[in-house]
Amino acid sequence: MHEVDMTKCLLISLNEWRDRRDNTSAMVETVHLDVGRFTCVEPDQLVTTYNAAVQGSWLDGSRLTITEIPFIGRCLSCNGTYDPVPENAYRSPCCDHPLEEIVSGRELRIRSIDYRSDSAAALESSPIQRQR
Amino acid sequence: MTPQLPLSHLQSSASAETDTPLPAMHMPLEDNLSLNLLAANTHQADHNNEQFQRWDLICFNLMSSPGAGKTLLLERSLPSLARELNMAVLEGDMTTQLDADRLEAVGIPVVPITTGRACHLDAAMVSGGLNLLQQRLDPAALDLLLVENVGNLVCPAEFDVGEHHKVALLSVTEGDDKPLKYPLMFRNADVVLITKIDLLPHLPVDLDAIRRNILSINPDATVIEVSALTGEGLEAWHRWVRHALVQRKSPIPALATA
Ligand SMILES: Nc1nc2c(ncn2[C@@H]2O[C@H](COP(=O)(O)OP(=O)(O)OP(=O)(O)O)[C@@H](O)[C@H]2O)c(=O)[nH]1
Ligand SMILES: [Mg+2]
Ligand SMILES: [Zn+2]
Repeated sequence: MHEVDMTKCLLISLNEWRDRRDNTSAMVETVHLDVGRFTCVEPDQLVTTYNAAVQGSWLDGSRLTITEIPFIGRCLSCNGTYDPVPENAYRSPCCDHPLEEIVSGRELRIRSIDYRSDSAAALESSPIQRQR
Repeated sequence: MTPQLPLSHLQSSASAETDTPLPAMHMPLEDNLSLNLLAANTHQADHNNEQFQRWDLICFNLMSSPGAGKTLLLERSLPSLARELNMAVLEGDMTTQLDADRLEAVGIPVVPITTGRACHLDAAMVSGGLNLLQQRLDPAALDLLLVENVGNLVCPAEFDVGEHHKVALLSVTEGDDKPLKYPLMFRNADVVLITKIDLLPHLPVDLDAIRRNILSINPDATVIEVSALTGEGLEAWHRWVRHALVQRKSPIPALATA
């Protein structure tokens, strides 16, 4: 059910994004999210909640796409990376070290927004923050 | 990670507008935001935390599955801590009937937080609770504010409310595999209380396995075994509370690592 609150947060950010633009006629096509596997978010549920929440709003018709980011830990004994799994209590398989550093998997991020605008606007060219 | 505000991008696109030809209508534009999805909650949590700083108090967020013993722990711990500390409770779980009178009797004010049907507290709800608290007392007189979250091992861990420390409770009746099944809660907790240890003689549960599983996910966690019913272990928990307060008031690195 927390996907509802996540969606609320997302809509607040999207509304702010629109309000900060000179041009409020932006038609959002796709919102791209990065969601780590070590978060409490179920991607499918978030998409369902989003689709329900945007109905009748300025975001009606937009799509939410989610890129899942793998859960990766770093073993501080040998500095290697590994997939933490519950069967091994999230410890490193190489050195049986506890989960210290999380390399990725905690992402909850609005990566980018694809949109159309009927007024002049330049294509954004800042580099995409690469997923690891 | 450097969260960027959309504004910087807008300025760059606005300045480019003059020399760039109109993009074709079928060509979608792209804004690269890299914004935290929970930015709205994070902003409110930061705001709550600034309030706490102004009031010079420390705030704990108590989280556990339903019935792990959050309320009974407060009922038993606070009267004893009240001899040295000024405290208040923000009660986020109105489904159980907290014996508020009992806490009030030893001078612990309890303020309810309206959660609606929420499965966790968010920073805005706690902010509402802080407003009620201010109508009741001067928060600057408090040393410690305890927030009892909604009973749930999943999402409260993801929603900061501005607290200084996350306190997770796990009762021995829940089984030793729960830290592995709900890893985020135990990863994010600063201290984990293993509760209801008076029941251990009746249960086929391995206390060492619970402890080991918690520390495998979160080697930095402090793990304390308690029984609110018999009082066993409460003194160790109270020492942790005092230590957290001392650390806060005098953040000397040498003390912090003690
Ligand atoms: N034997 C034993 N029972 C306990 C202990 N602590 C709590 N209980 C019992 O466990 C039940 C639930 O305790 P609560 O304190 O209401 O738990 P809670 O975490 O506040 O529950 P919710 O707010 O509903 O999530 C009650 O019947 C308590 O009496 C303990 O240390 N030992
Ligand atoms: Mg309770
Ligand atoms: Zn290793």
